[in-house]
Amino acid sequence: MNCMLVKYASEISLKGLNRRYFEDLLITNIRKAIGNEFRIQKESGRIYINGYSDDLAEKVRKTFGIIGVTKAEIVDKDMDKIGEVAIEQMKLLKDVKTFKVETKRADKKFPLQSLEISREIGGMILKNVEGLQVDVHNPDIVVNVEIRDKAYIYTKEIKGVAGMPYGSAGKGVLLLSGGIDSPVAGYMMAKRGLELVCVYYHSHPYTSERAKEKVIELARKLAVYTGSIKLYVAPFTEIQMQIIEKCPEDELTIIMRRYMTQVAEAVAKKENAKALVTGESLGQVASQTLESMLVTNSDLEIPVFRPVVGMDKIDITAIAREIDTFETSILPYEDCCTIFVPKHPKTRPRLDDIRKSEEVLDKEALIANCMANMEIIKVNNL
Amino acid sequence: MNLVYFDNSATTKPHKEVIDEVANCMSEYFANPSSAHRLGVEAEKKMKSAREKVAAFIKAKPQEIIFTSGGSEANNMAVLGVVSKGDHIITTRIEHPSIIRLLQDMEKDSFDITYLDVDCDGIINLEQLENAMKENTKLISIMYVNNEVGAIQPIHEIVSIVRAKSKKAKVHIDAVQALGKLHINVRELGVDLLSLSAHKIHGPKGVGALYFKEGLRLRPLIAGGGQEFDLRSGTENLPGISGFGVAMGLLTQDFENKQAHVRKLKEHFINGLKDFERIRINSPLGEKHLDHILNVSFEGVRGEVMLHSLEDYSIYVSTGSACSAKKGAHKNYVLPAMGLSTAQAEGAIRFSFSYMNTIEEIDYTLDAIKKILPVLRRINK
Repeated sequence: MNCMLVKYASEISLKGLNRRYFEDLLITNIRKAIGNEFRIQKESGRIYINGYSDDLAEKVRKTFGIIGVTKAEIVDKDMDKIGEVAIEQMKLLKDVKTFKVETKRADKKFPLQSLEISREIGGMILKNVEGLQVDVHNPDIVVNVEIRDKAYIYTKEIKGVAGMPYGSAGKGVLLLSGGIDSPVAGYMMAKRGLELVCVYYHSHPYTSERAKEKVIELARKLAVYTGSIKLYVAPFTEIQMQIIEKCPEDELTIIMRRYMTQVAEAVAKKENAKALVTGESLGQVASQTLESMLVTNSDLEIPVFRPVVGMDKIDITAIAREIDTFETSILPYEDCCTIFVPKHPKTRPRLDDIRKSEEVLDKEALIANCMANMEIIKVNNL
Repeated sequence: MNLVYFDNSATTKPHKEVIDEVANCMSEYFANPSSAHRLGVEAEKKMKSAREKVAAFIKAKPQEIIFTSGGSEANNMAVLGVVSKGDHIITTRIEHPSIIRLLQDMEKDSFDITYLDVDCDGIINLEQLENAMKENTKLISIMYVNNEVGAIQPIHEIVSIVRAKSKKAKVHIDAVQALGKLHINVRELGVDLLSLSAHKIHGPKGVGALYFKEGLRLRPLIAGGGQEFDLRSGTENLPGISGFGVAMGLLTQDFENKQAHVRKLKEHFINGLKDFERIRINSPLGEKHLDHILNVSFEGVRGEVMLHSLEDYSIYVSTGSACSAKKGAHKNYVLPAMGLSTAQAEGAIRFSFSYMNTIEEIDYTLDAIKKILPVLRRINK
């Protein structure tokens, strides 16, 4: 018989009086990820799930807040049986030269003490598995034995994605383009517990249906970690057209950027979300200079989180690969940002100038109209 | 208007009869045509009948037809089945990717390839072909009708030149876009190999054929159970092949009237386009042009944007060929080869007609363009 032993971030255990809330939310999120088939139990700072498979481990591992999952084998509290399982597990491991055995004895009635158990099981392993040595200070692998209602034996741990339980930090609106950066930004904030609602700006007929499908696919990849996600598809053509027709060419990008965040803020209000999340990285393009960010932020009431602001493309790409959004992000369909690119966009826009240029636009009507024609898609993780 | 489908060179809507035949084969003739039992024999009869229909349409013998998975496989087979390392191959700059990309790869592998230029009509220069012929020229592979602009190559002249210059050089014609639109008579044309595809003639996808002249030595691409005269192994795609046969049979009905109808559609469309400013028709028109394909550039409007705008009116077209609609590896090379600038090529839309289209659809489309153009040109700054 075996089960899954789940370890969660120590940060959660440090939450004092709120600890229970975080733990319960974590369990709810695991439940959402794995369905109702299994029993999930919380016990002395661990979570136990009464079953194990690689597929199940992969789902649990990707739940924010979890730092590691292990397959634990359960046998009777009998030293020979424990030893047998430990030997079996060690034989399956590759590239392991040194080990140690660590024992926790919760059942104080068990006749041997922790150190004695460790020593004895270690001896059995040495005798039966070739090419191993004990190293108590820096072992390649730790064989864990827990004596409780039964004996639990586990060795190799699979790393979890860590972070805080999804939804524990409130809700934010992610500006999701088809690029590499914004899904990573969303992932990073979701990992800190922020529930995500996504907005994508669709400029039909200037962007294709495939560009939209690509963004839905990206949301789906995020949903692997977050559970189902709501995606707002904002009809953005009219806003863009008016900006292009009426505003100075070198300010198109920054004004468009301001409209995007303001539409996102309108979505945030509707969703009762309290932050925006973007994939901006300092200085990456004209609209991502410090001056541009300042101008973008100036008329917003809620904070804008830019988790990748201090990261290089290469670091962002590494995360994109890890969370499997990269291959989708590099599909070559244009999004609304790449269609109208002025030859020399302003890199140091001034708020006064921009506000003046925007005066010709009927902002309220444009945003209200965009909100009224919003398409809302529920994206599931399957 | 319901749905206006002007993308018939990408693929066509299958005939009802074809769909019925495919479904019937799947439910009733599921046996392996190679099986020894009665069911196998019945399936084999279906194969035979389809082969006869395809052969009859191009005036070939049934044993000269190999069924393939489509036009691309037929093209690949025609090239790889004939040439050996060190051979010289002649083609054009405007072939389908299944020829161009194959030859580009082979070029890196000690094959000698000549790409013939085309003029502003998309037609090769026969003198250049004559001069390109060498002692070791083994294959001349040229498309009958270009898929993006509808230019028709002078196949008779090409064959005459090749025969006069060489005894061993073989001629392969990619006739995928010509099938069902031009009379194809392999005896009159005198070609050695010819590729066909079912889904361009209201047949099923995933099936095509290669004609190879009796006596020609061909090497198979796929080794296996020896189906298709030991030249194309793999259990036969009977539903597809039989559907292909049905589509071929239907082509013969009313052939001339269908062509005349499409010509009328094209002429009506060109006439209507005259009302618009800054439009360029990239197809050659006249006798060198197949009526079914009309390539048009709308100046100041990117083709892709035009395509999506037409979608709003349920009008479906292509920018370039469907394969080249994706960027990067499949960038459009046909229009630049005809001398168009990048901007002109990017603005190109391909309208491709079938005899199933109507004059009303043309009028509706002209009307839609009339509404779309000013909107799209509004931001042309």
